[in-house]
Amino acid sequence: MPIQLIEKSAKNLVLTVQEYSLFAYRAFMNLFRPPIYWPEFLVQADIIGVGSLSIVVLSGLSTGGVLALQSAATLSAFGVTTITGQFVSLTMIRELGPVLTGVMVSGRNASSMASELGSMVVTEQIDAMRALGVDPMRKLVTPRIAATICMLFFLTIVADACGIAGGGLVTVLMNHQNGTQYFDKAWEHLTYSDIVQGLVKPLFFGYILSSIGCFYGMRTTGGTEGVGRSTIQAVVWASVIIIFVDFLLTQVLLTFFPPL
Amino acid sequence: MIETRALAQSDHDATPVVAFRNVSIAFDGPQVLDDVSFSIAPGETRILLGPAGVGKSVLLKLVNGLLRPDQGSILLFGEEITQMPEEQLFPLRTRVGMVFQEGALFDSLTVRDNVAFQLIQEHLPDEEINLRVRDALRFVELEETFDLYPASLSGGMRRRVAIARAFIHQPELLLYDSPTGGLDPITSTTIIELIVKARDVSHTPSLLVTHRLQDALLLCNHRFDPKAGRMVPLPKGVTDSGTTFLMLEEGRLIFDGSLSELVRSKNPFVREFLE
Repeated sequence: MPIQLIEKSAKNLVLTVQEYSLFAYRAFMNLFRPPIYWPEFLVQADIIGVGSLSIVVLSGLSTGGVLALQSAATLSAFGVTTITGQFVSLTMIRELGPVLTGVMVSGRNASSMASELGSMVVTEQIDAMRALGVDPMRKLVTPRIAATICMLFFLTIVADACGIAGGGLVTVLMNHQNGTQYFDKAWEHLTYSDIVQGLVKPLFFGYILSSIGCFYGMRTTGGTEGVGRSTIQAVVWASVIIIFVDFLLTQVLLTFFPPL
Repeated sequence: MIETRALAQSDHDATPVVAFRNVSIAFDGPQVLDDVSFSIAPGETRILLGPAGVGKSVLLKLVNGLLRPDQGSILLFGEEITQMPEEQLFPLRTRVGMVFQEGALFDSLTVRDNVAFQLIQEHLPDEEINLRVRDALRFVELEETFDLYPASLSGGMRRRVAIARAFIHQPELLLYDSPTGGLDPITSTTIIELIVKARDVSHTPSLLVTHRLQDALLLCNHRFDPKAGRMVPLPKGVTDSGTTFLMLEEGRLIFDGSLSELVRSKNPFVREFLE
């Protein structure tokens, strides 16, 4: 019995990966093929971009602040608290800004995509759309993916800026260090490759979180209970895969942009 | 003795609008449909009877390619759709109007945008869209709901809006999935009256799925009177010859024929269903 259970789970996993791969491929190709539903893209860009702004600002500020607090404590042991700005800006821009924004936005939007599309599936609205001669992949999925990729890019920039600002506030108000020195160091050691590394990642993360959210939404079965299940799976898998892909991407990007 | 209103012989001879040939389908278990064959002639209304869970809705979704069969072939407007890619099916589906079980209206759109969904995709001018939506809503007697959202409509009103959405593109085939399911008798009769009106005014071929025998009989025994603007009974003993029956039992088609043949059937399942 346990072997049968393992076999069934393994088959389900392989099937899910196969279905997701086909879904993600179709969704990606649709980004470059007409018709493009621009009104739907703008609506989603507003929901995802403007709607997520507050959580990205707050999490960015807090993370930058925590980084400044922790790093100052460690760096003071070596007498180099002056490089707190450098530490915070590099960590935010290269790593924490993109990952944190990706995870925060997936918590908010991958879940919303999965539940919205899942509800449409169980109430036959997706079938109705297909019956009316419209491809739900193009009308519902592609605009969400395009809008997420686009908005996550800008939200990451906001998170980076807020993180550095949060670190600056903590450095000046709590660590009682020089603000000019903090921002000077934060800027001075920033290189072109750091910026590129930090801004390539959200393009991948946006695609991952939106395609996973839409995928679980579109394959919902089992009524309202199924919608809840899809929502959980979308958030969990989107977050886990973002962190895993971040590891792979960092390896690849470090090959192209080796540390000085 | 049951007589029938004549359906033009040429309609029976023409290429069927829909043809199922030995169609079977299963979903991780026993067969949902097993070796089903039937056809719908131009101008014909077919009523698919059977208790809940015998595969009626699955059969309806197979007609316009929303589901794919495991075996057999399905011809829609003379085209084999079983292996047809989804992209090629979309233009074919625009020729079919479908009314879903619960209406399946888009929650985020107004009644106007729901009914006009296909017209909006075709980028028709707003004035023409509004005109045609008002005509369609007038047909289902719900003109006042133009700006409302589906959430503010009753179950019966949602079905009527769904019928308006199915009619607006002047389809060449209509599919109704339990259009009266879960409705009170008065609202059910209103829905059936709309279906009779569509059948007798536009002569669009249709396939109606239902488990309610009274709805099927109402369709067979009535005609739409354009002068009176309502459904009237046919003379006693006369039925509409263009309205015929199919019956499913556990995925198998056990009956295909007219009302008179249905009531004379010796099949125990049919007899039990009728009684």
